[in-house]
Amino acid sequence: MAIRRGRGVAAINYPTGMNLGGDPTQALVHSTPTGNFMVTLSSVDLGQGMKQIMAQICAETIGVPTDRVVVDTADTDTGPHCMGTFASRGTHRAGNAVIQAAREARQVMLEVAAEELEVNASDLETDGEGNILVKGAPQKSISIFDVALSAHFKRGRSISGRGMFLIPRSYPEKETGAMKPSTCYAHACTVAEVEVDDETGEVTVLTVKNIFEIGRALNPKMVEQQLVGGSWMGISHALYETTEPYYPNRDHGGTDFNQYLMPGPGDLAQTEIIVLERPSADGPYGAKGPGEMCANPQIPAVANAVFDAVGVRIDTLPITPERILRALKAETPN
Amino acid sequence: MELRKNYFADQRKDDLHEIGQPRPRSDSPGHVTGKTAYFADRNFPGMLHLKMVRSPHHHARIRSIDTSEAEKHPGVVKILTAKDVPHNVYTILILIQIGPEDETVLADGKVRWKGEAVVAVLAESERAAQEAAAKVKVDYEVLPAVFDMEEALKPGAPIVNEYHGQNHYLYDSGECRKVRFGDVEAGFASADHVLEQSYQSSPIEHAPTETTGCVVAPEGNDRFTCYTNTQAMFFTLDNTSIILQMPGSKLHFVGGTVGGGFGGKVDVIVEPIAILGAKLTGRPVCFVYSREEEMQISSPRAAEKVVIKDGVMKDGRIVARKVTGYTDAGAYSRHSPYGAQKGAGHYPGPYTIPNVWIDTYCVYTNRTPSSAMRGFGVTIGDFALEVQMDKLARLIGLDPLEFRFINAYRDGDMKAHRQPTEGAALIECMQEASRAANWPVAEKYLAMSSYAKGA
Repeated sequence: MAIRRGRGVAAINYPTGMNLGGDPTQALVHSTPTGNFMVTLSSVDLGQGMKQIMAQICAETIGVPTDRVVVDTADTDTGPHCMGTFASRGTHRAGNAVIQAAREARQVMLEVAAEELEVNASDLETDGEGNILVKGAPQKSISIFDVALSAHFKRGRSISGRGMFLIPRSYPEKETGAMKPSTCYAHACTVAEVEVDDETGEVTVLTVKNIFEIGRALNPKMVEQQLVGGSWMGISHALYETTEPYYPNRDHGGTDFNQYLMPGPGDLAQTEIIVLERPSADGPYGAKGPGEMCANPQIPAVANAVFDAVGVRIDTLPITPERILRALKAETPN
Repeated sequence: MELRKNYFADQRKDDLHEIGQPRPRSDSPGHVTGKTAYFADRNFPGMLHLKMVRSPHHHARIRSIDTSEAEKHPGVVKILTAKDVPHNVYTILILIQIGPEDETVLADGKVRWKGEAVVAVLAESERAAQEAAAKVKVDYEVLPAVFDMEEALKPGAPIVNEYHGQNHYLYDSGECRKVRFGDVEAGFASADHVLEQSYQSSPIEHAPTETTGCVVAPEGNDRFTCYTNTQAMFFTLDNTSIILQMPGSKLHFVGGTVGGGFGGKVDVIVEPIAILGAKLTGRPVCFVYSREEEMQISSPRAAEKVVIKDGVMKDGRIVARKVTGYTDAGAYSRHSPYGAQKGAGHYPGPYTIPNVWIDTYCVYTNRTPSSAMRGFGVTIGDFALEVQMDKLARLIGLDPLEFRFINAYRDGDMKAHRQPTEGAALIECMQEASRAANWPVAEKYLAMSSYAKGA
């Protein structure tokens, strides 16, 4: 009886969006007399930080600091239509809609500034800090706050924009299955290192090294929190979680967090996250949807590491101590 | 976390101001100081609490329902049964024309899974609603149930859901969604080795911090405001409109701040019945799942069975892959026909294989209906595919990582569902994994690129 060490690898890809159902999201952007910009949506923030990302996308497009953008979501009386937050579609779909709306608003903003500065709008640029400058003559400038005031009270303009992103529905061809199920794909490769106690069947995940390719990390800190959380969830799926431990038998299902097992702080693997960025052709600033796929590669990587450690294949999830011990027992006839 | 900027540097301009910056989240201070308002923070005077009477049987005919004792329970205001729901038989994907309607809001004549909602009790307090629910008498005639997908697909198995008529979803392509690419049998015949293996998972709970729920307030003008933690506002509003036969203009949904979804809040379960309760009583209504309901009543990730048969050459090339996937939908469709179909579009994984055959089935059994969850239609498939890849590598004596390089897809490669590969990055992820994990591979694999050959 011994503690045995093993490691395993897995590589995956993951589709962004739900093309097979049709995939629209809309956004509205407008300025207030404070010089702030409002983004109005009906998209849902599940805790992943969608509001923050939409604010950064709007700010980048208009050319203002992120703290000048406020995101108002999700009220069906005020927010334009969104299919919802699922299928790794939130950032990609709503982000594209916000870019389109913000571009339209930026154009009006530059037109009003051009009237104030008596130049052509095409000769203007934003400094990213709340000012509009004449290209090549930065001493000639106007603050976005003054532009907003002018638009509202002097020029009678609405600094606003409408955004729409629609992926048309793809219908699979009946006989061949030809279809376009997604717009872009994120990628990952995970190497997991485990210890397996061949007396108790207990698995300890020592390290997970996750490489994720996600298009563009729009906010690296938020990317990190999502990828670390996803990596934890993958390990949890591999070794712990199920509502029906003896599926297809319906008995023994957990009804609270004492009975439904997930790894606690003491079970955390040493987690390494490395991000590659290959911008997607159709994503907002090249982003893809990493929200779902980041929890997938750990499951087979851990399964393969368990085999590497003790030489038995557990092809049924979750890989519980009981399953490992039964497999080891079947290998060694008494 | 480390950003490795040396990959794909030629495809990216790093000249942005706000994008790519690790700005602190504007909502974080509210979250960590308990100031963020969630739906359950809405509290209205006179608010009623809704509790469900649930089936104790996996499959049963309902002979009769007697609510007379429950109605007399102190604090009970209204008791709802199937006849109170205007359009009781529904299915959520009807919005994208994926029918038939196959599920009841409140059971009508039959229950098809243990935990199915039968009677809704609205009372002045949660406790009164719970106690009254226990006094509802339902007379059941227990029917044979089927729990195993293989048993369910056998001729003569008990029919789980009469609206389908057989224990699998019927696609326009027949009993399964199909992908056919090349000649898979010829591929197996030419292969040096053929390996067929079967993989299985069991249901998994989303386990959000905040359980599913909503608070509904009548606006006093025939409109109803529903504060909800749904993941999809208009999807839920539109389905509610159908179920309650109420114009969408009468419905106002407010949400967007959710304590974890993971796909568990895209079914439309709590909102329609809570709004109906508010409409029939004229009072605000709160319907929130207990943790036990979240664990065993709300849709889990489906159990799946995946059978993979591969033909592989001694040099490491996979020449044929046949995948048969089974998704255990439980008693009702919800999102499962979509998930099974999404699986068909995902296999054979990120590898270029000339001969592919895929069948994915959505199977009905007498268990808690499953539905969407993070990685829907893909997560369990990836487990099966990548364990299979490990087995194939060992079968032919190749390093598991090098074996993946040999088969990895690249830009321009045609996928089984007949889309050319674009924006591939699997090879670079594996190159970085080789470096980061100190897992050496031959130099020729480190020199590979996802870009199209000759590009």
